[in-house]
Amino acid sequence: MRMNARAKETLAAYGFLAPNLIGFMVFTFVPVFFSLVLSFYKWDILTTPQFIGFDNFIHLLGFGRDPVTNHIIAKDPKFWQYLWNTVFLMFSIPVCMMASLALAIALNRKVRFESMFRTIFFLPSICPGVAISILWLWIFNPEYGMLNNIIYWGGKLMGFNLMGPLWLNSPGWAKPALMLMNFWIAIGGMNMILYLAALQGIPRDFYEAAEIDGANGWQKFWAITWPQISPTTFFIAIMSIIGGFQGGFMQAYIMTGGGPGGATTTIEYYIFNNLYTWQNVGYAAAIAWFLFMVIFVVSLINWRFGGKLVHY
Amino acid sequence: MSEAAQKEKALQVFAYAVLGIGALSMIMPFLWMITTSLKTLDAIYIRPKNWIQMFIPTMFIWDNYVQSFKVVPFAKFYMNSIIVGIAVTVGQVFTSSLAAYAFSRLEFKGRDKLFFAYLATMMIPGSVTMIPVYVLMRLFNWVDTYNALIIPAIFSAYGTFMLRQFFMTLPKDLEDAAKIDGCGFFRIYTTIILPLSKPALATLTVFTFMGNWGSFMWPLLVTNSVGMRTLPIGLESFKTQYSTDWHFLMAGSVMAMLPIVIIFIFTQRYFVESIKLTGVKG
Repeated sequence: MRMNARAKETLAAYGFLAPNLIGFMVFTFVPVFFSLVLSFYKWDILTTPQFIGFDNFIHLLGFGRDPVTNHIIAKDPKFWQYLWNTVFLMFSIPVCMMASLALAIALNRKVRFESMFRTIFFLPSICPGVAISILWLWIFNPEYGMLNNIIYWGGKLMGFNLMGPLWLNSPGWAKPALMLMNFWIAIGGMNMILYLAALQGIPRDFYEAAEIDGANGWQKFWAITWPQISPTTFFIAIMSIIGGFQGGFMQAYIMTGGGPGGATTTIEYYIFNNLYTWQNVGYAAAIAWFLFMVIFVVSLINWRFGGKLVHY
Repeated sequence: MSEAAQKEKALQVFAYAVLGIGALSMIMPFLWMITTSLKTLDAIYIRPKNWIQMFIPTMFIWDNYVQSFKVVPFAKFYMNSIIVGIAVTVGQVFTSSLAAYAFSRLEFKGRDKLFFAYLATMMIPGSVTMIPVYVLMRLFNWVDTYNALIIPAIFSAYGTFMLRQFFMTLPKDLEDAAKIDGCGFFRIYTTIILPLSKPALATLTVFTFMGNWGSFMWPLLVTNSVGMRTLPIGLESFKTQYSTDWHFLMAGSVMAMLPIVIIFIFTQRYFVESIKLTGVKG
């Protein structure tokens, strides 16, 4: 049988695609739907799965009256606490972005040792997360850790007797501690590189024109730099939010066990525990799909408004 | 000196101050880690009496590094990480480059729809697919084998996407010439596309290997025995067994980071390029 060139090309294309496509189907595409199916079941992997309709979702998101006090309470109050934790940890995003931008602007000023600085800033984001988490667990040690030592000796320098907080052992300080660590990891990483690339993409004559008009540095920043890098800012914000909703597993598992009192348990860690620790596969799938929907909405915002915020 | 030049100089000094403070706060935790790894356990539990004592040990106990190989099977963890890392990287670069070639250079029905499906899955949180794949591993009886550590990690939409973006930038003329000479698609892929794409392939190689080196949740899910653990899980086992032996923990962490830091220092320009390639178009 003779084939025309087009049929031949299609056949060749599927040949090239096959290895990746088969794996993609088995390990990504089918599982997405399989996990939606699982979310309608109660299953511990070992026994026969039980179809329970929307029960997982009703338990996850529903409210009901407490039989004793008759107050309206969430059916799974833990989930709402963990969702709040996840959102709370994301409050560090704007600060992180500002710091990344500040570093990028400084690097963009034709400084000496630029590549050395860039390498140093990038280091925390390439190191294995486990090693970083273990390191910070030790840094946060209230008695012998680096941070409280610095606070103590810093206080001495200024004539105070300062005592650092208990950090990860304190319900109030655990989240800020993790935010500090995330800040340290994130500021010099991808975001700074993206900002640096955006800054380098701004045409020089924009600034020259502004200088002729007598604009000062501050005016130049708000009139030229900020609008020009706004697509990057938007992109970083969206990516950080998407990442933030899925974050916090490693820190919770290694540093805090999700505590104290659930203060550092995030959605991702809750999914892990439902899947692995409690073998509650259907419920884990329901939470994962909830997370998916949240991220889907964020992505929609990105598609809808991402184009419009671009200033050229 | 004119006022403008003076201002410019002040700004430059300020820029160096920002960079200097930034670099110092990045380095201090690493320095603290190395310092701790070289102390005796007794010295770790003494509060330093000044700034110097905080970052420079009074005695350098290099033996901590040797000992940490003995208290847990650290060499085994290292080997596992290297085996899994190489297998995943080779598999991913190979399958991704094949698929990227089809997506960027060949015409076939449904190409753009299929590519969109690939892109769309990058938005799905990892935990959505992880749950059924974990179930699958249990059903296949792959738990606690290299299969579970390697095979699901090979297939990546990201790798395909990144290479496709790069292949799109290559000029078409060389291919057309090769076609006239009677080259098949596979020859074009091996003799033209791959050699021209060395930087992109190198980037994906480094990215994949580093990503896999730090991978934690998946190996944690699918391994049970000490002998199958990769480095990150192994480090964690240090912690639970010897919860107060910070010197071994820090020595282990230093050794887990070292290969990655070395690779990064030699390949960092690729990193910057690929972030620009797949990130926002400026």
